[in-house]
Amino acid sequence: MSEKELALKSVEYRKKILKYIYQAKAGHTGGSLSCIDILNVLYNYTMHVDASHFDSPDRDRYIQSKGHTVEALYVVLASRGFFPESDLETLCKYQSHYIGHPTRKVHGVEQNTGALGHGLSLSVGAAIAAKLDKRDYRVFTVLGDGELPEGSNWEAALSASHYKLDNLCAILDKNTLQITGPTSAVCNTDPVDDKFEAFGWAVRHVDGHDIGELMAAFDALPFEKDKPSLIIAHTVKGKGVSYMENQLKWHHGVPDKQQYAAAIQELDLLEETFS
Amino acid sequence: MDATIENIAVSQRANLEVFSGTLQQLAQTDRDIIVVTSDSRGSGKLVPFGQKFPEQIIEVGIAEQNLVGVSAGLASAGKKVFAVSPACFLTARALEQIKNDVAYSNNPVKLIGISAGVSYGALGSTHHSLHDFAVLRTINNLIVVAPADNFETEQAILLAAETDIPVYIRFGKKQMPLLSEDEKTFEFGKGRIVRQGSDLTIIGTGEAVAPALLAAEKLGLEHNISATVVSMHTIKPLDYDLLRKIAATGRPIVTVEEHSVYGGLGEACASFLIQNNFCNRFKIIGIPDEYTVTGSQTEIFNHYGISEEGIAAAALGLGK
Repeated sequence: MSEKELALKSVEYRKKILKYIYQAKAGHTGGSLSCIDILNVLYNYTMHVDASHFDSPDRDRYIQSKGHTVEALYVVLASRGFFPESDLETLCKYQSHYIGHPTRKVHGVEQNTGALGHGLSLSVGAAIAAKLDKRDYRVFTVLGDGELPEGSNWEAALSASHYKLDNLCAILDKNTLQITGPTSAVCNTDPVDDKFEAFGWAVRHVDGHDIGELMAAFDALPFEKDKPSLIIAHTVKGKGVSYMENQLKWHHGVPDKQQYAAAIQELDLLEETFS
Repeated sequence: MDATIENIAVSQRANLEVFSGTLQQLAQTDRDIIVVTSDSRGSGKLVPFGQKFPEQIIEVGIAEQNLVGVSAGLASAGKKVFAVSPACFLTARALEQIKNDVAYSNNPVKLIGISAGVSYGALGSTHHSLHDFAVLRTINNLIVVAPADNFETEQAILLAAETDIPVYIRFGKKQMPLLSEDEKTFEFGKGRIVRQGSDLTIIGTGEAVAPALLAAEKLGLEHNISATVVSMHTIKPLDYDLLRKIAATGRPIVTVEEHSVYGGLGEACASFLIQNNFCNRFKIIGIPDEYTVTGSQTEIFNHYGISEEGIAAAALGLGK
């Protein structure tokens, strides 16, 4: 997909995220909207993975460490043909596999996540396996900035550089808000670039909503030979819906009928600018 | 000379050594065998493994959460992963990784809890694992195993390597006797009868089976009581068929384990029995809910009756 096609796709994804969260009356709205451009570029541009060859040992892996923004992952996987989008009508319903965090019951999901601070270790393991087997696949994981105080992240960060995992790329969805408030006020992890660099990673900053910047960053992987790569994606919680942007209440806020209509109207207008 | 664990164990090895030897044997023909350690290759007797198969050992340093997460990631890519760490740290510090990354995600890691129970003796409670059966029993999609002797340990490791669901295996570092020359079948979820008797049954697990066997001998010699001894090496899934047969005799049952009396083998058996309308006289021997007494493993065993004397006394207390 071209940069323009990807940008249009992001608008479509945002509408679908809102639709299914609105229907289910549950979901992590703000974070799904902050990481959707990253997932869009990963699945539609960067990663070698597809629904019909998901069992291939050579596929690129994506492990979502911030599992709670699963709605973003669901809409991307559906559009990539991993399952019919109509399955999402069952989101969070009794006996549905489409629950509020990723599970392998859903085709396309690599790992069951949701408890925070797990994705990086899982990714390190998969990346070491690639090196052992001399396979070329890469491992991608999206971390939330709110989960960084989990100590397991830093244990994994050490292993990633120790084993020179330049086939591993973590993307930090740095939307700067978590359920209690600004991440800087809850437990400041800045300067996070210096920390990861000190842990032996190669780090780049991007605007996490700029499709071109994301594409260029992924194209440049690995940033340094023998080092794991971290992309710090500066994002906006609730991105794309003006009344949600940077508003804490939309961490897991669910729009009512009027709010939903207003959000869709806003995104429709944005979509029209592409034609 | 009275029979003791020590003098009948002379020709046997610690289960830990058997584990290490078996892994080396497996790794010789299978490059997918991977050991992951948290600065635990020495305590896991894995130094020779690391020397022979340097590409098949992954060291993460003292970081048990990462140990289990990395192991799960490796297993997801088809590796046969043995995550090796002292049972106390592995099953407490990394419990969430065991629950989510291994069991829930169904990454078939073989979790090896070394120096389990009170093997570390006088190092104290920080190093004891008296909770592992209890917590791991509640986690879906996890086999929980405590082999008693060298034979069971070897079989458990061989079987775990080829099992496609997660397994937790815990053992100690003490030399263990061979419990039975005759009973040479081993299957997860199937208890092993290591002594046949007709008056009562002692069901043990792990390193508590050896004193159970000694107690049975003592009961026979001194009290003319004939005891069956079962090595219930698999705590989950529990061998309900065997339990049903044992209970149906109506004879007393003693359970013995190197674990808290809460939530382990004894309570698992009791739960089955009471819900199936069996009213056998019943006694659980284990570590009570108190600050564990200090001392060596043997001294702690003796203190709490996980011993020839203690188990025999408990059996006598239930009546013939």
